Formats: sequence, C-alpha cells, structure tokens
Amino acid sequence: MSDYNFAYLDEPTKKMIRRAILKGLAVPGYQVPFASREMPMPYGWGTGGVQVTAACLTPEDTLKVIDQGADDTTNAVSIRSFFAKVAGVATTTRTGEASVIQTRHRIPETPLRSDQILVYQVPIPEPLRFLEPRETETRRMHALEEYGLMHIKLYEDIARHGAIATAYAYPALVNGRHVFDPSPIPRFDNPRLESPAIQLFGAGREQRIYALPPFTRVQSLDFDDHPFEASKADGACALCGATHTYLDEIVADDQGTRRFQCSDTDYCMERRA
Amino acid sequence: MSILERSISAEAPLLSVNGLTRFYGSRVGCQNVAFDLYPGEVMGIVGESGSGKSTLLSCLAGHLETDAGQVVYNGQDVLTLPEPARRRLMRTDWAFVHQHARDGLRMNVSAGGNVGERLMAGGARHYGNIRKTAEDWLERVEIDPGRIDDRPSAFSGGMQQRLQIARGLVTGPKLVLMDEPTGGLDVSVQARLLDLLRGLVRRMGLSVVIVTHDIGVVRLLADRLMVMRHGQVVEHGLTDRVLDDPQHAYTQLLVNSVLPT
Repeated sequence: MSDYNFAYLDEPTKKMIRRAILKGLAVPGYQVPFASREMPMPYGWGTGGVQVTAACLTPEDTLKVIDQGADDTTNAVSIRSFFAKVAGVATTTRTGEASVIQTRHRIPETPLRSDQILVYQVPIPEPLRFLEPRETETRRMHALEEYGLMHIKLYEDIARHGAIATAYAYPALVNGRHVFDPSPIPRFDNPRLESPAIQLFGAGREQRIYALPPFTRVQSLDFDDHPFEASKADGACALCGATHTYLDEIVADDQGTRRFQCSDTDYCMERRA
Repeated sequence: MSILERSISAEAPLLSVNGLTRFYGSRVGCQNVAFDLYPGEVMGIVGESGSGKSTLLSCLAGHLETDAGQVVYNGQDVLTLPEPARRRLMRTDWAFVHQHARDGLRMNVSAGGNVGERLMAGGARHYGNIRKTAEDWLERVEIDPGRIDDRPSAFSGGMQQRLQIARGLVTGPKLVLMDEPTGGLDVSVQARLLDLLRGLVRRMGLSVVIVTHDIGVVRLLADRLMVMRHGQVVEHGLTDRVLDDPQHAYTQLLVNSVLPT
C-alpha cells in the first residue's frame, strides 16, 4: 500500500480527471477530452472507468464493481481487488452498501440513491462513430446539433429487421442537447438513466469523460411510428422468479436447454435471501 | 438582349456572385468571377482542366474558403453566414451533386437511408413517411423502388449517380450545384441521365449551376454559358449564342475541338 499513492494515480492526474468530470457534469452528455493514463490492465478492461473511480474515491468509500451485472466475473473481481490493494477501501457486492459503483454494461436493479456514484466503463464514447468515421466531423456535428445521422442508423435497423434492432448502446438525447452513447448497457436500462445518483462515463482508450448529473432528462431516440421500447427477454429468472429484471439467457446442458437468470447477481441473491 | 434574357431578368436573381476570388498560394484558382443566376435557370460553366471551374463551384458550395467576393442568396451573403445557418442552407435549399457518386453518398447505408438522410436531418421522425418519400424519389430517378434496401455499392455507376441526385432533391431545393455529373459514365447512360436531369429541372423549376467539360451536356441542359480559362471568365452569354458564334479565341478553340458526331 505504501508503494502507491492513494488509489494508484498521482494527485495531479486525479486533479486533471476531476476537472474533466466537473466539466462533464456542467455540460451533461458532452464528451470532455482528458489525458488518459496507462493503467496496469489492457484497454477494453475498463481503464477509463478505473481512472474515473480512482479520481472519485476517498478512504471512507465502499466500492462495488460489476461486469454485465455480475460481481464475480474476472473483470469485476480484478478491478475490485485492484482498488482494495492500491486504495485500501472497503469493498462490497451489495448495491445498497456501496458509495461508488463501477460498472460494465449494466445499471444495478436496486434503485440508486443520491449519495452514490455510478461509474461506467465505456469502449466507444462517440455515438456517431460508425456512421461518420472522422472525429473532426463528429465534433462539429455535436457542436451544431446535427443529429439527423443518428436516425439513419435507426432507419437502417427498421428497414433491415422490421424493428429497431439496436439492443444495447442505444443512443439518447441528454438534457435536450447532446446525443450520447450510454455505453453498452442494454436498452432495457435506458429509462433508468434518469436517476438520483451521479453517473460518470470514462473511456480510457478514446480519452473521453462524460457525465449525467442527477435527474438529467434522457430521451432515447426513436421514430413516431416506431417508438422506443425498453425490451428484455420474455421469461422469469430460474433462481428468484423475477419477471421485472433484465435476464441473461444461459444454455444449461448439452441438449441446448435454455434458462433465464437475473443479470444482476446481487439483486437476485437479495431476493432469494 | 434576347426575349429570354429579358423575361428572366424581370425577376430578382436567386443567386448573385460578385468578384469571387480564390488563390492557391500565389497561383490563381479563380479570379473576379461574377454572375447572376435567376430562378429556374440553368447556368453551364465550361473550360479545360485547371481552368478554375471546379474551384468556383467548391467556393460557391462552401467546400473551399474564399479569398474575396460575395455569394448573395436570398439577400444574404452565404460566405459570411454563421456555420450552422450555412450548413442548414446546404442541406435544405441547396444540393450538391458530386462527380463521383461515392463522394456524395453514404456507401454503407441503404438507398432508402441515403434519400431519407436530409429529411431526418430536417426533423422528419415518421419512419413510414420517410420510406414512402424515398420510394417515390427512387421512382422519379428511374430506380426500381424494390431496391430501396440495397446499398449503393450494389448499384451501377449510372444508378449511383441517379441516387445521388434523388438524395439531394428530396428536400425540394431551389439551387443545385453539379460538378461533372455525367463524368465517367458511358454514352448511353449519360444520355439517360441528362434526359432525367432535364425533366427534373423543368418540373421542379430548379436553378442549376453545372460544371462540365462536355460541350454536349451544356448544349442540352444550360440556358446560359460561362467559359473559363486560367481562373477568369473569358466569355459569357446564352448557350446557343456562345456555341454557335463564339467571340473569344479560346471559346472558338473549345467549340472547334468538339469531335463531330
């Protein structure tokens, strides 16, 4: 522990990241560039989220890390033990007990409170990226609110699949101004982005931070005749019986039997306790 | 002054260009170009390669910075408009047809999406209506509406060019800028495209600035003609007058260089 500064990053770096976070909170949905550092884990493992978490942590915090809703996957376990080691903070798997939650691809089912911070790991922060490869052009489009392109993606979905097939990373308009990519959370979670908690998004490789202040208006993009729908698998959790949670589909045996299970392991466990 | 010239100059010009100048370092791109374009009029710009005709068109469209001059549209100098307003103008009231269709199309988006883009950029949010409009426009540019979900990369060169035109015209623009729209197409496809363009221009009452090195194209489409050389306008007048009775030595050379058909 004494070999590292608190939470791994040096203090000037944390200050730089906090400035980016504050700017992100001041302009909800705007992607603030920041000088992302090399972290002791590969890109794609949540280097952006880890840096944001490191800049937010205080010694009194309790940290929870989830990956696709689960507390026990490699990514979640290694990031949790990373901060236990370099920051010495308490860790938990209980959503209600955590003050900082780092997440990959899910929002916890347990409603968040205003004293909690949710940190997302973001692979590609630019919602327009696959439609417009030039960064100079996408930044100009954000600046001028030219978001017609975003609807082309949805149009293509309907033309090809008969319905909006974008099931994750579903683009949304933040505070009536910036279209943003809510990281690859399932679109089931999109309506839950309007939350009392502070939500921070960190993209390490792309060097961007953006944020949603509490209770920010988030409108998922759609067409008048194809409205947004927060879809989930039609089934119930095989463990706790929940039908209102986001479900993972699991192949259970060699015969291809399938069953559903809550993607949020902590929530499922609490229901069974 | 001919009857035609008098009848169109009775209205105010749609586009009025004054002293438009663009340098590439010390070389001249185009210098002191001035013309008026009236509603429903087609203006051809001809000249050899490097004469500045494409530079002029790019300056009009705002693709290139201009060193001096004005481009007045609807009483406003387009060159001094703030960028949001200029870009809005470019995707509603104006359209640009590139020489290479792939410059003007989104190649990884279906034909319907390409035609619908300007509608959605303008705030259209009803999928069914957008699709219906796109189908309608594909038909108007003689593309089978059954191919609405095909990507432009599956289209022939002539179809891509027609799709690009549909994509530009879907918002009902008043002014269309065309850069060698028939370049690189074979003769029969060219003829069909020109036929289509002529029909659309007449029906929609479009004003067009068309840049080409093909005298045949301007003779068919253009009401008036501007001849450029070394970045300067050397001759300017009604198409038939310029082509049948060229005054400037260079125009005479140009007209005489056309291969007899």
